[in-house]
Amino acid sequence: MLDELDQKLLAQLSEGLPICSRPYLEIGTRLGISENDVIERLKQLQTNGIIKRFGVIVKHATVGYRANAMCVWQVPENQIDEIAAYLLKFSFVTLCYQRPTLSQWRYNLYCMIHGKDKETVNAQIAQINSNSQMRNFEHQILFSRKCFKQRGAIYRN
Amino acid sequence: MTLTNLQKKLLNDFQRNFPLSTTPFADIAANLNVSENDVLQAFQDLNDKNFISRIGAIIPPNQIGVSTLAAISVPENELEKVAAKVSEFSEVNHNYERENAVNLWFVVIANNSIHLNNVIQAIEQKTGYNVLCFPLEKEFFIDLSFKMDFVNA
Repeated sequence: MLDELDQKLLAQLSEGLPICSRPYLEIGTRLGISENDVIERLKQLQTNGIIKRFGVIVKHATVGYRANAMCVWQVPENQIDEIAAYLLKFSFVTLCYQRPTLSQWRYNLYCMIHGKDKETVNAQIAQINSNSQMRNFEHQILFSRKCFKQRGAIYRN
Repeated sequence: MTLTNLQKKLLNDFQRNFPLSTTPFADIAANLNVSENDVLQAFQDLNDKNFISRIGAIIPPNQIGVSTLAAISVPENELEKVAAKVSEFSEVNHNYERENAVNLWFVVIANNSIHLNNVIQAIEQKTGYNVLCFPLEKEFFIDLSFKMDFVNA
């Protein structure tokens, strides 16, 4: 699927596209391949869906979206799809995942909400909870307090 | 911190389909009727001031390699030290403190499940804490980009 060069290319990109006139040439030089090869490989990776989006990755916290809440619910297995669909109707819900439970952590449905401040996010969560069914599920809101690391993953063999 | 109109446009309009041409910044500049140098400087400034993480690729979870969300419950006074140890691993990307008894949350990405397990074990050894793993079971939706409302920001 991915050859070694693709992996090296993605590893280079995880450090960010160089901000210069010919960034793909620069990456190609580092990898010992041509500028055109870099561009064609990136196009191919997008076509294949390996790269979901290619562009500016903003830091939410710095651009005024200071509150980021991970909300977790304990939802019966047979209702997960229905509840996820309900959550996704809210435009402020950016990610929604099902994850396994552990004895210390029984929540199975996760969603992320980014907002300008805690107050806004709390109001958005209240909107979600206006549905009485939602209120009845065990849930927690985990606001982020400090970001220790935010970077692209490094793929290495 | 104030952003120029050019910077706002660069932040909002180029989160996807960044030009894959020999001169992407010049292409953006031509599109916006400014010079290539204006665009390069604006991006450099956004980068220096930490408004952008990078210009790069978003790769969905488990598209290449395997990943998991992981968490540790750390006493407040140990948090900085433990977080720093976790961040040292190149396989760890996002690493956040969250308001909960389970307070340190991070994502681990590896080439395969053996590598992933080894990293989790190494983190446990290095920090002395048990790591809870919550790998993705099902993804319901992934937001493709993040539209910012600068009027109210």
